[in-house]
Amino acid sequence: MPLPSTYTPIATNTLSSNTASVTFSNIPQNYTDLVLICSTASATAGGNELNCQVNSDTGSNYSFTYILGNGSSAASGRGSNQTRWAPGEQSASFENPTLMYFFNYSNTTTYKTMISRRNTVSNLTSAFVNLWRSTSAINTIYLYNASGYLFLSGSTFTLYGIKAAS
Amino acid sequence: MAVSSLKNKSKLSTLTSPFDIDLGGMIPLSTVTVGSGGAANVEFTSIPATYTHLQIRGIGRSTQSPDASVNVYLRLNSDTGSNYSTHYLTGNGSSASAGAATTSTFIYAGAVIAAGSTASAFEGSVIDILDYANTNKYKTTRTLVGWDANGSGIIGLWSGNWRNTNATTTITLLPSGGNWAQYSSFALYGIKGAGA
Repeated sequence: MPLPSTYTPIATNTLSSNTASVTFSNIPQNYTDLVLICSTASATAGGNELNCQVNSDTGSNYSFTYILGNGSSAASGRGSNQTRWAPGEQSASFENPTLMYFFNYSNTTTYKTMISRRNTVSNLTSAFVNLWRSTSAINTIYLYNASGYLFLSGSTFTLYGIKAAS
Repeated sequence: MAVSSLKNKSKLSTLTSPFDIDLGGMIPLSTVTVGSGGAANVEFTSIPATYTHLQIRGIGRSTQSPDASVNVYLRLNSDTGSNYSTHYLTGNGSSASAGAATTSTFIYAGAVIAAGSTASAFEGSVIDILDYANTNKYKTTRTLVGWDANGSGIIGLWSGNWRNTNATTTITLLPSGGNWAQYSSFALYGIKGAGA
């Protein structure tokens, strides 16, 4: 008997107009991991970060460590006691693919770890490991531009669920 | 069995047999969650050879104290010989570094937060074992692993090689110090190729 598959699309948001933020709410709790793939651009030139908060938490409960390469050198850095994660880049063109892995997002025992691949294809690639110091299950993901710029129409955000064997 | 996916065929309205059901490409095979006593290793055994690739996704933590972090070792088919090698690129929040290990008795498959660091924080990991059942190739792995503890952390990429053409039937993950802590949890998935 074939086994059931996973990597299930939960929700997709394709922006039909320039938009300030995107929220995935009421995320089902019956998966093991979440994968969020974003193909975005900013409606305003200048570039900035795609930021992320979960469960509407605006406290200083976020942190991250990253490694990046810019075509000539590699570097590493971190942010501590942050009010958000910074998993993605933003620029005025669609050159900022962002992939986020939310591990064991629905357990209520551990702090939540998320790994993101943050890129601007014209000048850098990077990987971030992100921590949210809360044992709450993640039920909402909120995405926005760090400078308040709008996401450009045509930006896409797709959320998948991966369910482990029981 | 509950039908979980009727993707392509249902769109075509041409379902004619149970084998017309599109079951997708990623299949959950097994999950190991560590209990209150901890575990020296996490092992997947009797892995079927019917997929093209394998992926392990999980969270982990070591009981090693007072260390903040230890390595993760990966072995295939319980081979403890010096038949493995690794290359890696890591960042620790201050600098990036790269290195290699040859003729090892394991593949380095990341770093795991340990008991000397923030409680309740766990590493996240994605490990791919490519073409694992092919008996004409040495086996290669790739790993994306990271942990952060609000002021410390490691993120990196690791690639590994097992110089053996046997099909992979067993995968062992073990911390280089201590045991896997309670709530560490790793899930194994099979990834199908076309026609599988």
